[in-house]
Amino acid sequence: MANVTLRNVRKTYTGGFEAIKGVNVDVADGQFCVLVGPSGCGKSTLLRMVAGLETVTGGEIDIGGRVVNQIEPADRDIAMVFQNYALYPHMSVFNNMAYGLRNRGMAEAEVKTRVEEAARVLELAPMLERKPRQLSGGQRQRVAMGRAIVRQPKVFLFDEPLSNLDAKLRIAMRVEIRKLQRRLNTTSIYVTHDQLEAMTLADVLVVMNGGQVEQIGNPLAIYEKPATTFVASFIGAPPMNLMSTRADEIKSQLGGGATEAGILGIRPEDFVITDQTPAGGVALPLTVEAIERVGAETFVYGTRAQDEQRVAATPGELPPGEVIVRIPGTEAPAIGARIRVAAVRAKLHLFSGDGRTRIEA
Amino acid sequence: MQKQAIFQSKLLPYALVAPQLAIVLIFFYWPALQAVIQSFLLQDAFGLSSTFVWFENYIELFKDPAYFEAVVRTFVFSFAIAVSSLSFALLLAVMADKPLRGSMLYRTLLIWPYAVAPPVVGVLWIFMLHPSLGVLSRYLRGLGVDWNPLLDGNQAAGLIILAAAWKQISYNFLFFLAGLQAIPRSVFEAAAIDGARPMRRFWTVTFPLLSPTIFFLLVVNIVYAFFDTFGIIDTMTRGGPGTSTVTLVYKVYSDGLLGGNLGSSAAQSVILMVMVIVLTGIQFRFVERKVTY
Repeated sequence: MANVTLRNVRKTYTGGFEAIKGVNVDVADGQFCVLVGPSGCGKSTLLRMVAGLETVTGGEIDIGGRVVNQIEPADRDIAMVFQNYALYPHMSVFNNMAYGLRNRGMAEAEVKTRVEEAARVLELAPMLERKPRQLSGGQRQRVAMGRAIVRQPKVFLFDEPLSNLDAKLRIAMRVEIRKLQRRLNTTSIYVTHDQLEAMTLADVLVVMNGGQVEQIGNPLAIYEKPATTFVASFIGAPPMNLMSTRADEIKSQLGGGATEAGILGIRPEDFVITDQTPAGGVALPLTVEAIERVGAETFVYGTRAQDEQRVAATPGELPPGEVIVRIPGTEAPAIGARIRVAAVRAKLHLFSGDGRTRIEA
Repeated sequence: MQKQAIFQSKLLPYALVAPQLAIVLIFFYWPALQAVIQSFLLQDAFGLSSTFVWFENYIELFKDPAYFEAVVRTFVFSFAIAVSSLSFALLLAVMADKPLRGSMLYRTLLIWPYAVAPPVVGVLWIFMLHPSLGVLSRYLRGLGVDWNPLLDGNQAAGLIILAAAWKQISYNFLFFLAGLQAIPRSVFEAAAIDGARPMRRFWTVTFPLLSPTIFFLLVVNIVYAFFDTFGIIDTMTRGGPGTSTVTLVYKVYSDGLLGGNLGSSAAQSVILMVMVIVLTGIQFRFVERKVTY
């Protein structure tokens, strides 16, 4: 049991590329922290630095009150689950799980007890004598989990552990990982690029972009009050609609202090198709371009009548002028129809012109 | 999907494989057949007539203590060459596999010796270790070593093993490096987190995962030590001093071409041929199974 604290952690590669540009994160004991961001944002590098697989070129990593910058991975009391599982292909499932215990000189009887207990929890008992290549993807994943839990480490580190599984198994394993973590109450850091995985697993969500932390917090709080336009478009699917406030039609509707803002964001589900304009809210005329029906809900893709002045700045953002509206059920306007959508004042997100600051108005 | 090619003419496919078949038949089967026939013949001292003697050449050979010495010597040489070359190449490969500055340069340099022909390897090492001309010999004598491979059979044997193993290091290195790079990095990282120190990591993870490569190279190296060391032996010691560096393949040459005993020489090459067939058979069975862990 331990808390993990990153203090102004930096990583600069020889050659000058700065992968991590000063990250501060505090994970309390027993918490499940998820690092999420697009590929190349430095989340995996950061996790590998906590594991001791990458050197730290600046700042401090503290595990359980001990700065571990110069400590070997083996001595950090952590366990890691890799994306490709990294099982030892020449060892049986039992030996894969026992390897870390034996390396630490644990008595064979204790090794047996621990491995069998982990196998029972993970439903691996019937396949302890098999080799990894005789297992399915999901079973391999569980062996990798087992290898981590038998050690009873202070911290679990997960590097995109579910991305090699098919969609259904991914959801099942996601729930299993969460249940297991709750039961063991072990501090965990989990890296993923899947925002849905991040939202469902995290106690603390860390949204990263370009080697920096964009926002840290409770997943729902982040969803409700994204701090930057990057977070706004990265968290939530489909992404938040972002538009320039300079366009006359929006400027006139916003009024007051809100006119200071450069960018207006509205989530697809916060729109309703209506002819009325709610007080203080925003209404937009749209031409329907495409419809996606997924059963419980329908996505309406429309373009705005007026030209957009803002260009898409961050990955995952919608192209300028395009607006997504999410409506319940399967009833939808026809393609080519001209509709009017509106959102109430409370559901508007306002950001500065560069997208870096949230404005409360 | 039909995989078989369809030819208009029935003769065309035969014509297409004919050149390859011709080469194999003329350069491999014909000499092999000649050797088998020859091994049943006994020639007179002037090479004017030959008599069919059934297995007499073989029987003579098996009775000859010199032949058994050569057999034992060949096995000792092969074992020494294979083990020293493999272990040194593995050490180099493990070191070159680390992310080092300029590792590409090291790798390239380590591969170069493979391009050197065996007789040239022999000459190179003689230049360094010849008792009167050798650069290194001076230092050895300076250290108080009575270095004279031209007179001391064991030193001569050591010299052959050294040169032959050195030449083979490049080849082994290349395979080991490829083998190491085929192992996912994360397996080593997992082992490091699992608390295995570098030496333990090597013996419990790297070595077992390389075992298919090691087995493959072991067979290749034994075949190499059996046959391809001829050029090295011929340039360095010519089998001497005495017969202390005469291996099976060198004995085929010295008995047949130098000693004029063609029948015995042919019998010896037939025996060598059988050995190669056995070794190749082992290799094929291994290649079919591919994975041993």
